[in-house]
Amino acid sequence: MLWIAWKMLVGNRVKYLGIVFGVVFAALLIAQQASIFCGLMSLTINQIRDVEGPGIWGMDKGVQYVDDIKPLADTELFRVKGVPGVEWAVRFYKGIARARLEEGTYEQMILLGLDDATLVGAPRQLFMGSIADLRKPDAVIIDDAGYRRIWPDEPFRIGRTFEMNDRRAVVVGLAKAGRTFTSFPIVYTRYSQAVLFAPPERRVLSFVLAEAAPGVAPEEVCRRIEERTGLQAVTRTQFLWKTIIYYMRKTGIPINFGITVLLGFFVGTAIAGQTFYLFTVENIRQYGALKAMGASNWTILTMVLAQGLQVGLVGYGVGVGLAAVFGWWVRGASRLAFFMPWEVLAITGAAVFVIVLVASLVSIRKVLVVEPAIVFRG
Amino acid sequence: MGAVTAATIPTTPPAADVAVHVRGVTKDFGSGGTTTRALRGVDLDVPYGELLMLVGPSGCGKTTLVSIIAGTLDPTEGDVVVLGEDLAAMPNGRKVRFRRDNVGFVFQAYNLLPALTAAENAAVPLIIAGWNRRRSVEAAADVLDQLGMGDRLDRLPSELSGGQQQRVAIARSLVHSPRLLICDEPTSALDAENGRITMDLIREVAVQPGRAVIVVTHDARVYSYADRIASMEDGRIEAVVAATRSAAAGAG
Repeated sequence: MLWIAWKMLVGNRVKYLGIVFGVVFAALLIAQQASIFCGLMSLTINQIRDVEGPGIWGMDKGVQYVDDIKPLADTELFRVKGVPGVEWAVRFYKGIARARLEEGTYEQMILLGLDDATLVGAPRQLFMGSIADLRKPDAVIIDDAGYRRIWPDEPFRIGRTFEMNDRRAVVVGLAKAGRTFTSFPIVYTRYSQAVLFAPPERRVLSFVLAEAAPGVAPEEVCRRIEERTGLQAVTRTQFLWKTIIYYMRKTGIPINFGITVLLGFFVGTAIAGQTFYLFTVENIRQYGALKAMGASNWTILTMVLAQGLQVGLVGYGVGVGLAAVFGWWVRGASRLAFFMPWEVLAITGAAVFVIVLVASLVSIRKVLVVEPAIVFRG
Repeated sequence: MGAVTAATIPTTPPAADVAVHVRGVTKDFGSGGTTTRALRGVDLDVPYGELLMLVGPSGCGKTTLVSIIAGTLDPTEGDVVVLGEDLAAMPNGRKVRFRRDNVGFVFQAYNLLPALTAAENAAVPLIIAGWNRRRSVEAAADVLDQLGMGDRLDRLPSELSGGQQQRVAIARSLVHSPRLLICDEPTSALDAENGRITMDLIREVAVQPGRAVIVVTHDARVYSYADRIASMEDGRIEAVVAATRSAAAGAG
């Protein structure tokens, strides 16, 4: 009977395409908007992800996300180092600096100061130069997107200079870095150099990066750091989620995207449900005939659900496919954030399943209550 | 079409030969003060091997009676024994299986599935019965071939004339060899020629020993194909008469 259901469905091309369109519309909108949302969220945490190595981030109690800098006294580093279970700990500076370019223009930059001795937190991938060059006087490494932003249409060149806090900075390398929410250029330098580039403050230490000793759980070390120093200490993963949750709670981003996703869901449900219902009503005499000929309600139910499932699979595939094509296109053509993890595909699939289920249920009632005797009425 | 002569049959066939046995059947629609009584104590027997026509004006209860006999509608009161089974007492699930295995339908509006070919449409009862698609379509093609539709097996209903669609519907009604065939106004949508062809087919192919055929019709042109004619009026059977068929009406 399933092939009869399938032929009934695709036999009416206009209705079939109408139902599929509803599901495609919903799947496309949900997957696309959710992927842009994930893309934006990934921008907020890229600076944490880019700092590889340390598993623990120590910071002021009041810090809520990675850009919420509340400077610490330099002595906090030594207190963290003294906590049992801490294998090592280093300083990490993060701030916004205003750079004066050779042309006399100004540009805001994200300034990252790495521990002088270890350079923990240095970029992983360099296009030009080397990390060791950071040890040279006034040396900075800049990310490639930032370089293009401040010197558009100019070839990459080592040795370019600009000023921060009236001090000369020399570009010694070009790095690959994750895009940030603000899109400011990212400048890496040594901690001792960063505090000179930054506006003068009594406290300059942004984070203490630490690693748990072998055999000790990072969560346990975090707990000890908090207990003994009064700082806030979180694992890298916890800090990622803390930042994401902050943006979700404190900004209107999830609401804006959520509204669009819900709109896609409801409009898709309405289009698919209404068209599927009309399709069923149009075929109600055929269902009545099948029931008269001995098709059970269960068989009819299976047919309608199979039709819904078929529409759902096609609509989901096309919708998600179009969203992926859109993502691939915008990533190449613009700087729109787009990230489609498997969770987006799963959520979209679940939404599509609900849509076709609702669409089917609306129709199922109609076909289940129809009396087979309807076929005897001219 | 030859003239029809009729005479009242006063006796009821013996029980063993009776395919359809209806006694005291009433059917009410609606409830409370809006109840409409469609059938008012109907008695009817249809023996095996007979083609019985139910005739009467619109609204007299023909369709209601035939729906009850087919097991697609429950009577309000009365006994309905079809092919030895008490339909009135039968649970719905069994009734569905009973219809699937024993009853064939020819509908006024054909009710063919527009997306299926002629052969696939005719195969539907076998598919409902659980046959696989290929075997069902092959069996349906054989029946269609007997009905002169062998060259149109792959046509969609929209590509067939009304008479051809009705032939597909007849093939569908017979493909699973039912013991009771219910035809609802099978010729009302057809011209005289196609109506005659349709009734010839029903007469020749469907009327067999061990099988009963009930035809609901308004069409006086086809009365000559009946063995008996039951006239209905206002929810009752007024008379059951034997029909004398002319030679032109085909074999019987």
